[in-house]
Amino acid sequence: MIDATITDKKRNLRDAYSSALIALGRRNPDVVVLDADLALSTKTKRFGTVFPDRFFDMGIAEANMMGVAAGLAACGKIVFASTFAVFATGRSYDAIRQSIAYPELNVKIVATHAGISVGGDGASHQMLEDIALMRALPNMVVIAPADATEMEDVVPAIAEHNGPCYVRIGRADAPILFETHGMFEIGKGYVLREGSDITVIATGTMTAEALKAYDLLKKEKIDARIIHMPTIKPLDEKLVRKAAKETGRIITCEEHTVIGGLGDAVAMAIAKKPVPMIRIGVNDVFGESGEAWQLMEKYGLTAENIVKRAKELIKKS
Amino acid sequence: MHDEKLIKEIKRKALEIRKWVIESVYRAGSGHPGGSLSVADILACLYFHEMRHNPKDPKWPDRDRLVLSKGHAAPALYAALALAGYFPVEELKNLRKIGHFLQGHPCMKKVPGVDMSTGSLGHGLSVAVGMALAGKLDKKDYRVFAILGDGEVQEGQIWEAANAASHYKLDNLIAILDRNKLQIDGPTEEIMHLEPLAWRWQAFGWDVIEIDGHDIEEILGTFHEIKLNEKPTIIIANTIKGKGVSFMEGTLSFHGKPPSEEQYIRAMSELEQAERELND
Repeated sequence: MIDATITDKKRNLRDAYSSALIALGRRNPDVVVLDADLALSTKTKRFGTVFPDRFFDMGIAEANMMGVAAGLAACGKIVFASTFAVFATGRSYDAIRQSIAYPELNVKIVATHAGISVGGDGASHQMLEDIALMRALPNMVVIAPADATEMEDVVPAIAEHNGPCYVRIGRADAPILFETHGMFEIGKGYVLREGSDITVIATGTMTAEALKAYDLLKKEKIDARIIHMPTIKPLDEKLVRKAAKETGRIITCEEHTVIGGLGDAVAMAIAKKPVPMIRIGVNDVFGESGEAWQLMEKYGLTAENIVKRAKELIKKS
Repeated sequence: MHDEKLIKEIKRKALEIRKWVIESVYRAGSGHPGGSLSVADILACLYFHEMRHNPKDPKWPDRDRLVLSKGHAAPALYAALALAGYFPVEELKNLRKIGHFLQGHPCMKKVPGVDMSTGSLGHGLSVAVGMALAGKLDKKDYRVFAILGDGEVQEGQIWEAANAASHYKLDNLIAILDRNKLQIDGPTEEIMHLEPLAWRWQAFGWDVIEIDGHDIEEILGTFHEIKLNEKPTIIIANTIKGKGVSFMEGTLSFHGKPPSEEQYIRAMSELEQAERELND
């Protein structure tokens, strides 16, 4: 079991991204960073300030940025390409498919402002299909870290991995869950709380909600196992199957459409020996403007909804 | 002036490329002969004279790179690579066959000498920009060639890449536009106009050179005109789709269709006749 607690301390994952990127840049001269006119928002600009020679703003031309990233990677660079998730994956899908995933080039797409918690910008900017899009691509690793500590571990880990990776993080500050570094490994899921009545598998921003749900369920005498699944592809199927077998019920939680994301990946993993399951996510609709917390509430991306659905599932099965 | 011996040798290579295009597409039963024949002379000039490369070391870091952005001309690229020694020419007979490394469109993971996987139009120039940028970063003197189709530059991403290339002053990047004036649905100017093409590239900050893309001497001479002046260069090569096979020249019908058996025999005998004339 991994030590994880929800404290009042919050930190933005974008800040963690930029500090980890700078540390990586110091160690490795092959690291090159691209952005598409959002370098102040994604915080890659900080890397550009420290390493101006290895930072290129490609302007508002995301598909081209992905192609340029591929070309740099084909010449031995470890390329980080960042912009908002909606542009990184939606706008650039074919460039990623043709020039990065198919030739299996060493490009790390780190997308910020993923999910509905983008808030006021509304549906046009709330990317809810990126996991589905990236998961469908052969050779692509898909990661959604839960807090800033983990994000700082994700950056060197994906740099170490020779091949394309997609990392999605949100816009908002996130509670710090992990006090110490060194936990993250590509393809591994982590049991944060042991339990035998039901398993809640969460990724990204939803892991904090799952931890809160654990405490709420405990009060109702429901013993939930909480699994944090930072890597959606390749999925830690062994851990999922073990949880299915031992707890008999699964709820998945993601700030993403219920189509094609973590929930579907987990369902696939247990398809041979299925157990009753509920997938929490955005139910095949576009988002809207609002405060981040209001939207998370309205679309059921909260600990309270996890509790409600867990009780339903236990009652039914 | 290049010496006659060199020009004759490259003409011979271009004819060999054309013969293999016909042979491999005929045997595959599918493929794109028209746009492969139109770039044959350009590829012959690049692989048999202009480019710095080593078939024994396909990943040589200091090599000149070539991105065939119009990936459907793969049969011509594969023929050039095989004739240069990257793999045995006999392999060309297995183009598009299941389990074989010669994919319908270039795949860098499978084919030695292919610097970038292409096929979906509009992507290659962006990749070439990245390669040229890497060359500048590493202070290497290699050049990056990108071969574009003319219909291909209807893709918006081409212009994103064109803009980035001049912005980052990539004078180590040379695009060659195979201006054969035909795309699948018809003449480019009818389908979606490209002219004034030279002006458009100039407006994006490129040096533009227009040449006859089938005149070996002119193609070779053009590379000497390219200056290291902090500007990328585009060579607009006026070509004929299907060049070298009389009944394929200037027609739409062989964009993506293989020759029939009878057409195959006729095409090969025309190309062999051209070889004999060259040797006389």
